[in-house]
Amino acid sequence: MTLVLIFKIALVLIILLITLGIAAYSTYAERKIAAFMQDRIGPDRAGPFGLLQPIADGVKMFMKEEIIPQVSNKWLFILGPCIAMMTACMTSAVIPWGPDVNIYGNVVSLQVADVNIGVLYVFGIVSIGVYGIMIGGWASNNKYSLLGAIRASSQMISYEIAMGLAIIALVMMTGTLSLREISAQQAGANWNILYQPLGFLIFLVCAFAECNRTPFDLPECETELVGGYHTEYSSMKLGFYLFAEYINMFISSAVISTLYFGGYNFPFMNDLGLAPNVVAILGVVALFLKVMFFIFLFMWVRWTIPRFRYDQLMNLGWKSLIPLAMFNIIVTGIVIAFRYGWFNA
Amino acid sequence: MLTNRAKVLENKKMNFWERIYLPAILKGMAITFSHLFKKKATVKYPEVKREFSNNYRGMHVLKRDEKGAERCTACGLCAVACPAEAITIVAGERKAGEEHLYREEKYAISYDINMLRCIFCGLCEEACPKEAVYLTDRITPADYERQGFIYGKDILVEPIDQRIDVSKRKELAQ
Repeated sequence: MTLVLIFKIALVLIILLITLGIAAYSTYAERKIAAFMQDRIGPDRAGPFGLLQPIADGVKMFMKEEIIPQVSNKWLFILGPCIAMMTACMTSAVIPWGPDVNIYGNVVSLQVADVNIGVLYVFGIVSIGVYGIMIGGWASNNKYSLLGAIRASSQMISYEIAMGLAIIALVMMTGTLSLREISAQQAGANWNILYQPLGFLIFLVCAFAECNRTPFDLPECETELVGGYHTEYSSMKLGFYLFAEYINMFISSAVISTLYFGGYNFPFMNDLGLAPNVVAILGVVALFLKVMFFIFLFMWVRWTIPRFRYDQLMNLGWKSLIPLAMFNIIVTGIVIAFRYGWFNA
Repeated sequence: MLTNRAKVLENKKMNFWERIYLPAILKGMAITFSHLFKKKATVKYPEVKREFSNNYRGMHVLKRDEKGAERCTACGLCAVACPAEAITIVAGERKAGEEHLYREEKYAISYDINMLRCIFCGLCEEACPKEAVYLTDRITPADYERQGFIYGKDILVEPIDQRIDVSKRKELAQ
C-alpha cells in the first residue's frame, strides 16, 4: 500500500514537473515557430538558440511590480489566476501516460487516477477553468476585462456543448468513460480517428475554442479589448494566466491524443517482440510525440489564420458544430445498431 | 479608370467548400509551413552588420588636414545650410603658436551638432568650402539622456592617429 502511495506521489510530481516544463518551453516554441513562419529567427540571445529564454521570461515576470487596482475586489482578483493555474494542472491526473510498467515485480500504472468517468472529470475541471477567467475579469473592475471575461465564458459554454456531443459519439462507440480503457481499446493502430473523423474535427475545433487560442482568442483580443480579461494583471499573476493557457494547450493535446489518436499506442507495438517495459517506454514516447504534434498544430493554426468576428464565432458554435455533432451521434448510433443486429429482427 | 490590377467584386454566394472554411485554412497552413524553411530576413545586428550603400549618411566627422590641423574655419555656412538648425558654432581667433592646431586664422571654439535634430541630409558637407565636415558610415549610438545627443568637438573631430576615411564620399561629390 505504501509502495503504491510512493509511486503515485512520485508520478504526480513527475507529471507536474513535465507539465510545467512543457508549458514553459511551449512559450519558447511558440515564439520560435511564429518567427520562422514570418521569416524571422526569433529569440536567440539567452543561451544557445535562445533555449534559456523561458527562464529569462520567468525571472522577468517575478521581478515585475505587482499592482492590484484599488477599485478591484482584492481577494477575487488574487483568486482568479490561482483557479486558472490549478484547474490547468489538475486535468492531467486522469490521462494514461503509458501502459503498465513492471518495476521489480510491482505492476505500476502510469496514470495517477484511473477514474472510471475520466472523460467527465476532464470536462468538469475544464468547466471550472472558466471561473478563473470570469472571476479575474470581473474582479478587475475594468470594462475591457469584464468584456473579455464575458466573451470567454459565453464562448467556452457554447463550445463545451459541441465538444460534449462529439465525445458522446465516441463514448457510444467505446462503451466506456475511462480514459484508460479508451486507450487500451485502441491497441496498435486501431485508433478512434479512423471511426470518428467528424467527431475528431468537431472536438479539435472546440479544443481550440476552449483553450482561447486563435482563431477563437476573442477573450484577449488585443485589437478591441486592450488585453482582455488580464488587462489589469501584472507580474506573476499575469504569468499564471499566460502559463495556464499553455498548460491547457498541453493537456488538451494529451486528451485529443488519448481519445482519438491511440494515446500511448503505436503501430505494431505488440508485434515487435520487445519486453513489456520497453514497449511501455516507447508508448510514453509515442504519446509525447503525438502531444508535441498537436501543440505544434495549435501554434501552426495560430500563426496562419486571423480571429473570428464574435457573431461568426457564435454562428459556428451553435449553428454548425452542434448540428454536426448531433448528426455524428445519429450516424454512430445507426452503425452501432447495425453491428449489434438490432434491425435484423 | 480600370487598371489591370483592379479586381471586380462579385457578391456571389460561397459554395459548400468555401463555407466550411477548411480547404482555405489548409491552404493557408501549407503556405505558413513552407515559410518554416525559407531564408530568414533577420540580420543578427551586433555580430553581423548589413553592408551600407556607398552614399550612406551617418554620423558626422570634422576632418583635419594632412598636417593634423583642423580644417574648419567656423564660417558658419553649414549652420546656415542646415534645414534642421542642428549646428551651433562659436568662432574664435587663432593665437600665435596654435598654427599646428588650426589651419586658418579663424577656427571653431565649439562646434555642436544636435543629433536629435539632425536629419542626416548631408547639406552641411555640400555647403562646406573647406572640405571640413563629412557624413560617414558610422552609426550614431543610442543614449538615455537628451544631453548625450549634443555632439561637441570632442566627438566630432577625428583623432590625429585614427583618421576617418571619407574617400567614398569625396568620389561621390565629384
